Amino acid sequence: MTNKNANLYWKENIRYVAILMFIWFFVSFGAGILFKDFLNEFKFGGFKLGFWFAQQGSMYVFVVLIFIYVRLMNNLDKKYGYDK
Amino acid sequence: MVMINSLINVGIGVQNWTYIIVGITFALYIGIAIWSRAGSTKEFYIAGGGVSPLANGMATAADWMSAASFISMAGIISFAGYDGAVYLMGWTGGYVLLALLLAPYLRKFGKFTVPDFIGDRYYSNTARFVAVLCALLVSFTYVAGQMRGVGLVFSRFLEVDINTGVVIGMIIVLFYAVIGGMKGITYTQVAQYCVLIFAFMVPAIFISIQMTGNPIPQLGFGGQLSDGSGVFLLDKLDGLSTDLGFAEYTEGSKSIIDVFSITLALMVGTAGLPHVIVRFFTVKRVKDARKSAGIALLLIVILYSTAPAVAVFARTNMIETVSNQPYASVPDWFKKWETTGLIKFTDKNNDGLIQYLADNDTNELIVDNDIMVLANPEIAELPDWVIALVAAGALAAALSTAAGLLLVISASVSHDLIKKIINPKISEKSELIAARLSAVVAVCIAGYFGVNPPGFVAATVALAFGLAAASFFPAIILGIFYKKMNKEGAISGMIIGILFMLFYMTKFKFGWFGGGSKADWWLGISPEGFGTVAMILNFVVSITVMKFTSDPPKSVQDMVENIRIPSDAGKATH
Repeated sequence: MTNKNANLYWKENIRYVAILMFIWFFVSFGAGILFKDFLNEFKFGGFKLGFWFAQQGSMYVFVVLIFIYVRLMNNLDKKYGYDK
Repeated sequence: MVMINSLINVGIGVQNWTYIIVGITFALYIGIAIWSRAGSTKEFYIAGGGVSPLANGMATAADWMSAASFISMAGIISFAGYDGAVYLMGWTGGYVLLALLLAPYLRKFGKFTVPDFIGDRYYSNTARFVAVLCALLVSFTYVAGQMRGVGLVFSRFLEVDINTGVVIGMIIVLFYAVIGGMKGITYTQVAQYCVLIFAFMVPAIFISIQMTGNPIPQLGFGGQLSDGSGVFLLDKLDGLSTDLGFAEYTEGSKSIIDVFSITLALMVGTAGLPHVIVRFFTVKRVKDARKSAGIALLLIVILYSTAPAVAVFARTNMIETVSNQPYASVPDWFKKWETTGLIKFTDKNNDGLIQYLADNDTNELIVDNDIMVLANPEIAELPDWVIALVAAGALAAALSTAAGLLLVISASVSHDLIKKIINPKISEKSELIAARLSAVVAVCIAGYFGVNPPGFVAATVALAFGLAAASFFPAIILGIFYKKMNKEGAISGMIIGILFMLFYMTKFKFGWFGGGSKADWWLGISPEGFGTVAMILNFVVSITVMKFTSDPPKSVQDMVENIRIPSDAGKATH
């Protein structure tokens, strides 16, 4: 288990985290808050879209994000031999 | 369904149903505690470290969802409309931060408490001590609110005095937290999750069917009314709200920067709360910590995505039931809640009708946030056993959170203060006794605050999140992701972050330092959202101070490299 191995593992991990955190920010602070008024122009069913993201959609995305991270990291652990 | 209802609704009454259901659940919690009592400090602090991801996910969800989530949140949303989203996103989004940025590394670090991490990572007992103070302050403010919630439920549903209710709650928590330790409360929390989620969902589903014909509340509140008018429920509520002079329900009235700051402060505060973080020390491997964060959030979102639906149902029902109706013919539940002081009606224009309006001068009705969930089944005329179930669920939510907080308090005293700072030579057996004794003392103090609540409970709960955001979160994040962060940086960041937060809270909540009103808020940010600013300041101070002081020792830098690698997480050690 060399230092180089550990550094590469850490870099890939940080890349995953950065991408997922971007989505985390986008659905909640973006769609649910900053662009809410714009998105509220669109409706599906009785929901205005911005309102829906703020009170429903962002939470569903949060759950999905964590499970995607779990998957990605389990694979990454295997790739670098850290799954023991 | 109708037949089942009439069969079990044989008229034994809400109160007897409540005794039966609450009695059964309490017996269950105590039974579990006796079966899984803790025999060592490791079992007492982190349940022996072998909890499965599913059990830990359920326990975390119950630990997290307090009386505030169960009783107050839907009510707050129903009065705040869109603005209520700050709680929904704030109290769930923090789990993404936990799963991606904190939980796996803290599990790999493998100790017992959050101050353990701060003390070791920053090679300093000063840092450890600052962390202990923060943990105690955060946990005590929180636990007082839980005890009050227990008292409230007892007084309304079992018609005992609110203080007697607090004492009964204290004895139950004392019993299973002190005997069972983390191991005991983990498995009671699993049971409590099941009780509270069932109790929350059953009335929500009933009411969703009643109002929209859709059994799934999350879809129902975006659907059309079941009265055949083809009107969407949310459109109707927007209309009702504006007619009475309120803001449109789906628009809200807070400024964007304030909504943004509060949401971020709650997210970051959630990820920095010691009683949540410590749950991730109880699983076996790093991958289990990630997975159980996902399971915990999934289980939390079941309730959190239902709450805004309940809020819409309850608000629409409430306005339709009372607005412009004669006071003489209000339903039973209205009178019952009036006696608790949570509904107040004053007939200002003496016309005998209830005017519920946004304008304070003409409004005649004050409804407390807290009763929307508790009264909802009665407002919707659901069977007695459902009302009793809600009482049991509210108690499960309050007790599970109280127990988790008490363990953080007892571990902070017996482990972080006594074992790590005052007397490192203490034996395992004495430490376990000290842990149990501090839990007893903590319950008594919490009970005292429950009986004599400080007038600023609501303010202090917001303060707890702000404090966690301003202190723990930056110190832990920098400790993991910034190898060069040193003790000078982290300690000054934590202290300045907390003091800054305390200053702003006390200035605008208690009127210290010259006080001020909403118009004086800095950048229009409320005290609830100020944790975001204090957190940013903490980061800036930490990094600036670090630039002018020496690097952390090589051994600490090696430790940081080590916690970034998930393998060989090993067993937690002292």
